[in-house]
Amino acid sequence: MNILKFLVSVIFLIYCFSSDLKAKNLEIEITKNLRCLICQGQSVYDSDSEFANSLKILVEKKLNEGLDEKQIYAYLKNKYGDWILYDPGFSKNTYFLWLLPILMFIFGGAIILRKVILKKKKL
Amino acid sequence: MKTKIFPIFLIFIFSIIFFVFYKGLQNTNVYTPTIKSEIKIPNFDAKEFFSKDKINSDQIFIGSDYYLLNIWASWCVPCKEEHKYLMDLSKKENIKIIGQNYKDNFENAKNFLINLDNPYDLIFLDNDGTIAIEWGAYGVPETFLIQNNKIIKKIIGPLNEKLLFEIKELTQ
Repeated sequence: MNILKFLVSVIFLIYCFSSDLKAKNLEIEITKNLRCLICQGQSVYDSDSEFANSLKILVEKKLNEGLDEKQIYAYLKNKYGDWILYDPGFSKNTYFLWLLPILMFIFGGAIILRKVILKKKKL
Repeated sequence: MKTKIFPIFLIFIFSIIFFVFYKGLQNTNVYTPTIKSEIKIPNFDAKEFFSKDKINSDQIFIGSDYYLLNIWASWCVPCKEEHKYLMDLSKKENIKIIGQNYKDNFENAKNFLINLDNPYDLIFLDNDGTIAIEWGAYGVPETFLIQNNKIIKKIIGPLNEKLLFEIKELTQ
């Protein structure tokens, strides 16, 4: 009977610990995707500034309140604008940002294709 | 002909790049994005500075009066600089100045107010800085002009003569 009790408590402890770890991991992931607005080139996770530390506490609070990752991003975007996210969403302000690489790819491809066709014609 | 154009073109391009980077050296590279103004004020719970009673933001910002929310701390040097402007504004009857004490030690904050005088009608505590995030603030000092539960003006950094004048104009 004692062994059973012991086993149950061990499993319970492992369960608690792992779920706690999962929450911590999500918190780390979120703060890594947030830009520390008053630092230069650092994420909130990497920074130890007052601003970043408050944000870390806030993310933890919001997770405890039951908000998911996307809701937290939306919440912070509403407060600070797109700039706080390292991965800004597709909106009318970011069309250019998202489409530029594709345009460059197509344009470059077109140049290469033209050259290849011209070379073939010459041959 | 073709061989001559190329080096000139190269020099031209490099001088442009040099010019851009050289200019860029002098710019401050802290970027603060423009945020749509007239946003609604957040709802939060806080503790009053002196009594430590719990208050909700609904109890602070009431009706169509002008409120000036000032985020401050005793350890913040620019806060001392802007203090005289807050004292000036506290004489105006139609603005209520609300202080948000940001990550501060209570005794230091109290001494700050004793030494420099207290311009605030009400002060609440923000010990972990999360209320500042609710406001969309970056740090201390930061000031918000509020009317009808909306932020009319947001000032990042300390107040100065020009901003004081602007606030007075807005609250005429």
